[in-house]
Amino acid sequence: MSLLVVDNLSVFYGAIEALRGVSLHVEQGEVVTLIGANGAGKSTTLRTISGLLPPKTGTIRFDGQTIHNWQPHRIVKSGLVQAPEGRKIFANLTVDENLQLGAFLRTDRTAIRADRDRALELFPRVRERLNQQAGTLSGGEQQMLAIARALVARPKLLMLDEPSLGLAPQLVRTIFQVIREINLAGTTILLVEQNANMALQVAHRAYVIEVGRIRMEGPAAELAASDEVRKAYLGAH
Amino acid sequence: MADFAQTLMTALAVGSLYALIALGYTMVYGILKFINFAHSDIVVLGAWLSFTMAQRLLPMLGLDPHNPATTPPLWVGEVILLASMAFCSLIGFAIERLAYKPLRKAPRLNVLITAIGVSLLLQNVGQLNFVFGPSPQKMPALLPTWELLRVSLPSANGNRDVVVGLVDVVIIVTSAVLMIALEYLVFRTKTGTAMRAVSFDIDASALMGIPVDRVVSFTFVLGSALAAAAGFLYALKYPGLNQPAHATWVLLGLKAFVAAVIGGIGNVRGAVLGGFVIAFVEQFGAFYLSSNYRDVYVFALLIAILLVRPSGLLGSTVREKV
Ligand SMILES: Nc1ncnc2c1ncn2[C@@H]1O[C@H](COP(=O)(O)OP(=O)(O)OP(=O)(O)O)[C@@H](O)[C@H]1O
Ligand SMILES: [Mg+2]
Repeated sequence: MSLLVVDNLSVFYGAIEALRGVSLHVEQGEVVTLIGANGAGKSTTLRTISGLLPPKTGTIRFDGQTIHNWQPHRIVKSGLVQAPEGRKIFANLTVDENLQLGAFLRTDRTAIRADRDRALELFPRVRERLNQQAGTLSGGEQQMLAIARALVARPKLLMLDEPSLGLAPQLVRTIFQVIREINLAGTTILLVEQNANMALQVAHRAYVIEVGRIRMEGPAAELAASDEVRKAYLGAH
Repeated sequence: MADFAQTLMTALAVGSLYALIALGYTMVYGILKFINFAHSDIVVLGAWLSFTMAQRLLPMLGLDPHNPATTPPLWVGEVILLASMAFCSLIGFAIERLAYKPLRKAPRLNVLITAIGVSLLLQNVGQLNFVFGPSPQKMPALLPTWELLRVSLPSANGNRDVVVGLVDVVIIVTSAVLMIALEYLVFRTKTGTAMRAVSFDIDASALMGIPVDRVVSFTFVLGSALAAAAGFLYALKYPGLNQPAHATWVLLGLKAFVAAVIGGIGNVRGAVLGGFVIAFVEQFGAFYLSSNYRDVYVFALLIAILLVRPSGLLGSTVREKV
């Protein structure tokens, strides 16, 4: 049974139909990537799965439960966590408090500490700034904090919305390395990316979304090799 | 010297009241970004509930509520204070759930107009005959008229006695306890961290697993409890209670709101600072300049501060949201 099943999802912003019958599924242990142009509906898909937007039609099932009418915090509690687009760190809180919020629903203190230490090992620059206001971090440091924060939630399924956005190439490689590592450690991942090249390298399967509809799906390597994807998303001519 | 000391004492007591009320405005604004016009009516409710309870309780203890010379034991005041805080919390909770929550995604103006509606509702229901009635009342004395301190200090025309009364001390100490507890809650507990997160970004907070609706409710409960405490303390200091729709209450709420703005709306410490700043300007202005213009000083200060620091004394000067 699939961990996440999204079936025939349509979502409106007022009169604008942002998703027009999106269906996708994520299996336990997979890295699945959702790629598409600006405005295709990637973030809308993730926001709807997280319960921030109500679907007009369609169903979302996670871990055997129907979740599309749940409140966001209940969805997080069930193990479905999102690191949203644009970092969304709490600039008015310290770095440490941001990390604490990542583990908001957990009560297993020793395990939280261990996960926190592991997340900080991945990003030593975040560790050096624990007591600083998060708003004073550089953009890249904020992105590291956002990922570290999502990791301390210890999700079953982690959804990442453009984690590499605005990062230097060196750091982009680090981030993708981290994604691979947390997947190997047992976390299932749904990855939204502009950097289709890297995303298709790390993912097992991929979906291509265009103006609110899934246009293609298949094993990542297959899509990476297809002419259509190479032209539209990998910058090949 | 004597005048200065006496004015200082009054300013501290009045400042505590402004601060308590301002906290409610600032916390709700911090989280939902709208001005809860009905907040001052919770203060009124707190004061009138205290009056009603005192009126009923004192005869049960064999005391005449109209005789200021006989006062009940101190625990009576404490019970009334806590009961009033609890009841107002419940009302604050209900107002948020029934009136504001359905408008969470509506434009700010709709919520603002709703808040004015709730305020009018509370004022007028309060004046119904079977609620508090349309006439002013006298708050029974709950505290003995002890003088904790009387010192003779020089003043313009010879020496004058400066009296530190029990009422002022009770107001200052009770407010201080409540404000320290709030400071601890907001800055040192997980719930407080969640409140600060929600005030920064509701959606991002929801993605952390924070139950946003519960945090919002809790904020109204807290603000209303502090407002009730302010109402109770106000009634102790100024026992002549005006009817619920009277302009003095509106002015009290307005000044507390100005305190919140001066301190930097949305900022908890700013609200406390603003409360005291306002009270000092008002009291010292009234004493040393002219007491006719006491309200003018407050609003003039508001204008002056907004010109120099548009986001208030402790407000962040940069927009935090991107
Ligand atoms: N709050 C909103 N109100 C109205 N329309 C919106 C809103 N948010 C998104 N949209 C529209 O919905 C469509 C999908 O937006 P979405 O943010 O999901 O795109 P995306 O695939 O994540 O794009 P990007 O790669 O630029 O992040 C776009 O046409 C966008 O303009
Ligand atoms: Mg997006």
